[in-house]
Amino acid sequence: MTPVLEISGLGKTYKSGHQALSGVDLTINKGEIFALLGPNGAGKTTMISIVCGIVTASAGTVTVGGHDHARDYRAARSMIGLVPQELHTDAFEKVITTVTFSRGLFGKPKDPRFIEQLLKDLSLWDKRNAKIMELSGGMKRRVMIAKALSHEPEILFLDEPTAGVDVELRRDMWNMVRGLRERGVTIILTTHYIEEAEEMADRVGVISKGKLILVEEKDELIKKLGRKTLTLNLAEPLEVVPAELAQWNLQLADEGHELVYEFDSQAEATGVPSLLRRMSDIGIAFKDLNTRQSSLEDIFVGLVHQTKAGEQELGQPA
Amino acid sequence: MIQNVRGIRSIYLFEMARFGRTFWTSLMLPVITTTLYFVVFGSAIGSRMSDVSTVPYGAFIVPGLMMLTMFTESISNASFGIYMPKWTGTIYEMLSSPMSPLELLIAYVGAAATKSVIIGAIIFATAHLFVDVQVAHPLLMVAFMILMAVTFCLFGFIIGIWAQSFEQLQVIPLLVVYPLTFLGGAFYSLDMLPAAWRTLTLFNPVVYLISGFRWTFFGQGDVGIGVSMGAVALFLALCLAVIFWMFRTGYRLKN
Repeated sequence: MTPVLEISGLGKTYKSGHQALSGVDLTINKGEIFALLGPNGAGKTTMISIVCGIVTASAGTVTVGGHDHARDYRAARSMIGLVPQELHTDAFEKVITTVTFSRGLFGKPKDPRFIEQLLKDLSLWDKRNAKIMELSGGMKRRVMIAKALSHEPEILFLDEPTAGVDVELRRDMWNMVRGLRERGVTIILTTHYIEEAEEMADRVGVISKGKLILVEEKDELIKKLGRKTLTLNLAEPLEVVPAELAQWNLQLADEGHELVYEFDSQAEATGVPSLLRRMSDIGIAFKDLNTRQSSLEDIFVGLVHQTKAGEQELGQPA
Repeated sequence: MIQNVRGIRSIYLFEMARFGRTFWTSLMLPVITTTLYFVVFGSAIGSRMSDVSTVPYGAFIVPGLMMLTMFTESISNASFGIYMPKWTGTIYEMLSSPMSPLELLIAYVGAAATKSVIIGAIIFATAHLFVDVQVAHPLLMVAFMILMAVTFCLFGFIIGIWAQSFEQLQVIPLLVVYPLTFLGGAFYSLDMLPAAWRTLTLFNPVVYLISGFRWTFFGQGDVGIGVSMGAVALFLALCLAVIFWMFRTGYRLKN
């Protein structure tokens, strides 16, 4: 795999003293979709802003396609397209004008056919002469994407791309992102929607309190850290979990109609067969059963909580 | 140095298009203002005023009127030009583009200065409807106009980066620049002032600018043309130094 973005020891401390990023190391490979997850204020946007040249780093280096983003900023920035989280637009401009403007800003020659195709791909062609202020939120988001793609970047940053957009548009955007990846564009997205990362990402990074606490292949992550839940629908409801089943640490749900057992799917002994045998021995019957793999969201919440708990143990504020 | 000419062109044309959208307002405002000044100072008061160093009073105030409007327009155009992207958030696009600070400066200040020079020319044309005014050094006059426009656009650019609200955007032009311009000899010669006031007025930098511009019209001013040119060059260098520092530190742009 060819690295296209290399971040090393990246740190940012604002004048207020707030440390937004600390010692972040990350390598993004060409053509991958990387999802950066993290709670509000974790440092996701700060990291993107530094890479794109909007915020000055306090420490560390960033290399884009082999170009140092500070010394060789022209080459580095030419490779990057950014769709920011907020809908920053010139309200009085026409769609086609603002997209053409963005292409010129990046030093690219005019290419009306490319702009036409881009607007058609994003279902904006019919609105090309509409003023941005006349568009819906979803259409404005598309305009932001068109602006970011207007100079044909090799790396696209999507900062919370589907925040506040409806389900249909979200699906459209996911399809668009997949299409871009097929054309070789590297995509780095931040999101609150775990579903989004789960749906699209090849790799996932989790950032919390300015520190990158995990980077892993998405499927590997789910497999490695994933826990499964076995839910047994009981024939007769229970009031309490029998003492004979205490070793499985079971939970009662649905007013005693369900017995829930959480286990490590990767463990050598999951405990499921022995549980079922023991239940049979003590005469607890069940009508049905199902298992569920824990989602990326469960993993994410777990990781962030672990970090907070670790900091509290060390006496740091949570 | 300058590599991204297309980027400069894009911002320049974008800014000029914004001017074009309000072209008639931008055009009519200086015409009406100049007309009113000539009605009040040229006809009502000017007819009772004696010539100033052999120059009829109506013609004498033309350079001052042009400078008065050009100062305020330059500062307003340039500060608004860079403040608006900050306010709307679209500044992210400029900062993340492969444009150097110098290229951004040329684009924004170039557009703002162009507007100011156009407005200056409109005032000059309007003034001709009321008074007969001859220009002794036309080339120098145009050069001085451009230099003034660029210098005050640089100053406006600084204000636009510094300002964090529309109120701050207005405060320096209204409370500092406008009074200094009025008291800088736009409507009078320093010789008309009592000695004490004349000395005090020499601390007003605008005096040197208006005097220099007036020199290009009539070949005479309150201070020598060399002193005026030096003052403009000094102010221009100071503005460039501040802007260089702002870009280098990312002051109110990148933090």
